Amino acid sequence: MYRNLLSRWLLQGEWQAHRLQIVAALIAIALGIAMGFSIHLINTAAVNEFSAAVKSLSGQSDLQVRATQPTFDEMLYPLLAQHEGVAIASPVLEIQVAVPAKLEDDRNNTLKILGIDVYRAITITPDLVGVPEEGRAFDMLSDDAIFLSPAAMEWLEAKQGDRLPLRLGTKTVTLRVAGGLVRAHAGQRIAVMDIGAAQWHFDHIGVLSRIDLKLKQGIHHRGFKAALEKELPAQYLVTETIDQERRVHNMSRAYRINLNVLALVALFTGAFLVFSTQVLSTLRRRPQFALLRVLGLTRNQILLQILRESSLLGILGSLLGLGLGYALAATALHIYGGDLGGGFFSEIKPSIQLSPLAAVLFLVLGIGVTLLGSLLPAWEAARAHPAPALKSGSEEIALTKLQTPWPALICLLLAVILTQLPPVAELPFFGYFAVALLLIGGIAWMPSLTALLFSGLFRVFNRLTAGALTTLALARLANAPQQAAIALGGVLVSFCLMVAMAIMVASFRISVEDWLAHILPADIYVRTEVRQDALGFTPQEQQVIAATTGIERIDFIRSLQITLDPTRPTVTLIARPIDKTDPGNTLPMTDTALNSAEIPPEAIPIWVSEAMVDLYDYRVGKRVALPLSEVQQDYIVAGVWRDYGRQFGAIQMQLSDYQKVTSELQVNEAALWLQDGVTPEQVMAALKVLPFGDTLTFWQPNEIRAISLKIFDRSFAVTYLLELIAVGVGLLGVAASFSAQALRRVKEFGMLRHIGVTRGQIYRMLALEGGLLTGFGITIGFLLGGGISLILIFIVNPQSFHWTMQLHVPWQWLIIMALAMLMAAALTALLAGRHAVAGNVIRAVKEDW
Amino acid sequence: MKNTPTLELCGISKAYANGRQVLSDLSYTLAAGEYVAIMGESGVGKSTLLNLIAGLDVPDAGEIWVDGVELSARDDDAATSLRRRHFGFIFQAFHVLPHLTLLQNVALPLLLNHLPLDRAKQMLSAVGLQGREQDFPRQLSGGELQRVAIARALVHRPRLILADEPTGNLDPDTAQEILQLMRAEIKANDAAGIIVTHSQAAAATADSILLLTKAGLHPLNPARSHVS
Repeated sequence: MYRNLLSRWLLQGEWQAHRLQIVAALIAIALGIAMGFSIHLINTAAVNEFSAAVKSLSGQSDLQVRATQPTFDEMLYPLLAQHEGVAIASPVLEIQVAVPAKLEDDRNNTLKILGIDVYRAITITPDLVGVPEEGRAFDMLSDDAIFLSPAAMEWLEAKQGDRLPLRLGTKTVTLRVAGGLVRAHAGQRIAVMDIGAAQWHFDHIGVLSRIDLKLKQGIHHRGFKAALEKELPAQYLVTETIDQERRVHNMSRAYRINLNVLALVALFTGAFLVFSTQVLSTLRRRPQFALLRVLGLTRNQILLQILRESSLLGILGSLLGLGLGYALAATALHIYGGDLGGGFFSEIKPSIQLSPLAAVLFLVLGIGVTLLGSLLPAWEAARAHPAPALKSGSEEIALTKLQTPWPALICLLLAVILTQLPPVAELPFFGYFAVALLLIGGIAWMPSLTALLFSGLFRVFNRLTAGALTTLALARLANAPQQAAIALGGVLVSFCLMVAMAIMVASFRISVEDWLAHILPADIYVRTEVRQDALGFTPQEQQVIAATTGIERIDFIRSLQITLDPTRPTVTLIARPIDKTDPGNTLPMTDTALNSAEIPPEAIPIWVSEAMVDLYDYRVGKRVALPLSEVQQDYIVAGVWRDYGRQFGAIQMQLSDYQKVTSELQVNEAALWLQDGVTPEQVMAALKVLPFGDTLTFWQPNEIRAISLKIFDRSFAVTYLLELIAVGVGLLGVAASFSAQALRRVKEFGMLRHIGVTRGQIYRMLALEGGLLTGFGITIGFLLGGGISLILIFIVNPQSFHWTMQLHVPWQWLIIMALAMLMAAALTALLAGRHAVAGNVIRAVKEDW
Repeated sequence: MKNTPTLELCGISKAYANGRQVLSDLSYTLAAGEYVAIMGESGVGKSTLLNLIAGLDVPDAGEIWVDGVELSARDDDAATSLRRRHFGFIFQAFHVLPHLTLLQNVALPLLLNHLPLDRAKQMLSAVGLQGREQDFPRQLSGGELQRVAIARALVHRPRLILADEPTGNLDPDTAQEILQLMRAEIKANDAAGIIVTHSQAAAATADSILLLTKAGLHPLNPARSHVS
């Protein structure tokens, strides 16, 4: 009991006397935890919601049969329905249609329609069966009836009986809202109708998207799946619900992990702030701990006391962070939805769910990080010899161990080695470790670098007989380099992260701009409102478009999604005219490509995006098979191009080759080059009056560029936010360490005032010290940040998202930020010092600590 | 136990880290209730000797016995435990914890030794600071701070008080007042005491005065001490 009382007295006394430092440390921990926890909550909510939505669409089916292309011949259905081992087979047609009423919303104006056979679906996917009006049970089979989920009803502001125009390709169909899907997953925007009606209305006669299978009792799922896979032709895929969940998980994994790493960076910055606060606080209290040792407290008791104080700080900060994180997650989900601008979960509306296990994990993480930050200073304080530690001026001796540069150099060397290692599970874990080690090594090197620089400066300025203030400031920095280095840490960490992120984002943005300029060479792009895979412009419509006056050249483009691996997201296949002699004229090539002489006549050349090389090992010269036709055909990878639009892979091929292989002549899009003197408006007006003109949408390259960059900036909004928080935490660290140092120097300031130094001169001295330190921190921060940005650009990005980019340094922005940081830190040092200087001069020199 | 000396130094030697020998083969016995002053030139090893006696430093050779228990053979935790129970300290720089009240400062040794806290208030009254229990050190003068330190040094009835230049930071009048108070309290608590000082006036308040030189400890006046 007595020990607890003593512990409480010491804690209360310390916290009451240094409220600012305690509050700063609490905020730092809370912000770090809040960032990590909120991002975890958002990611979990989105992924869970998406998985739940996938499950509700799959219902209780044991297996699903799909094709590598979006649709397949419905003749497979009777075969499967009568297959031995199958209890029920339920055919489904999935169609993505445009809602003309929502066309202003360029990002999301589509509605997913599921065509089902109600008699089959009622057993396997009962959630998808619509509830008709009382007395109109046959609406379920009616050819003009559609059933909407509650979220779709709300989005479309529709009610039972309303007429709903929907558009696919150049065709508009108006359906009657016959009822709702009361058991649809919350937030899920879908519609259901009779499969026959869907095939007929939307020109999908004779095709299906998938067949859900319920197996007979006693049939082993895995065994049946393996047998069926062998039995069916290669273009069919037999999947389980878990495959789809894995696909969703894979799709957003890199993005989510990168966000989590950014959140951890905020936590790391917070931990560093806790570390510097604890080091300075422990140093300040060193004589007090020495006295307690003299009075009879053992080393372990001192160690425990400091760790107890830290863990309380960690508990309070983490609890605060958990609350803040929950609120942030709820707000972000409300404003941005589950994808935080990343575009992965735009179809769902996730709701936040608090997992006690995750909360406890983050609580433990917060306490752990805080304890880790305190361990070194606590250990030093407990090990210190009490007799010398009682004397003032012993602090710098305590920190001399920090001056050894070797641990720092080892960290930096390890970081360089880690950058050479390949990804683990398709994620750049070694890249992240390299970033962490670079940061730790940089910080750990600071004391010896600070000593080296300021001792040199002190010698030079002494020879030049500098003024008293400069001499005092330099003497302090030269002779107490470790303390200076600790204060410097906050500046270093925050500026370094800012530089790294700024260079990475600028490089990415400029690379995307260059890429957009390369891939959008035409004057106008025309497409139907939804780029549905199987539909678009018929050959007749293509002829009509091509015959429009004012068009000099026209390229038709067919794009569709194909599945190469059921556990991975689909790959985009783009068929278009490509300059065979120099593909670089059409595509932004990254590497040497095969020339036309190197392409064997029996193989069809394809050009793949960088992601295809990483994910499917499609290297230049490799022969591959694509699921485009039942006839086996060889394809050869003729080159690699850069693609920032599709991180899961894209393949380009000649449109003529595609049409030869598939016999499919429809296209989704047309790129138009105009004759001299013809304006885009004239051509668009001419196209608008065509019979299908009202279904066309037109895009000019500058519009696409503006939208793409808007999406880019929106995707990085969270990154900017996290970066700002890291900088805020860093500046908080500067404030806390400068004010802690200023408090420790009350006696020094009192003495200076006694010998005739004015308050103004002390302020100037503090500003000079702060400025010199920050300037040095900014320089080293720039170098370290540059190193980290190289890792982000050349290691983390290619390994996470499978694209490369060119390095661009935003000098102007960085100089502005450096100057702002310099001023902010000097001002912070000044403000922190004001309190210490403003005190009673006489009492200051009498203070015994 | 009555005849056991409070402190026995047997052949103590100590050199600084830089190799300079400060104490060589020093022996001395301090009887219970005895109060001695140690004087000597700067750097002769007075403070080092106090640190060795308190178990804050370890001799290179020799033994230190406190109340019949060998201190120099004990590990840090055991030495700390012994120091907690048997010693009281008074420093030149007061060393009062700035964020604890006067009462809390004085009660520290009681807390550490699991003793009733009532005596802290009594001790504060005994050193003339009654009614100021809840004040903080910043509200006190130098003399008053040293009174707090004396109260803290004696509150848990230690067997030996070690005072290192306790009046070095005080004016002569206050110093004299503090010295008298210290002596009175040491005697009233039946403790032994060692005061290290440069001041003749301070030394004069002790029962005997010893001079520390390179050759060892020598009495400056006839006394009850036993110097070898």
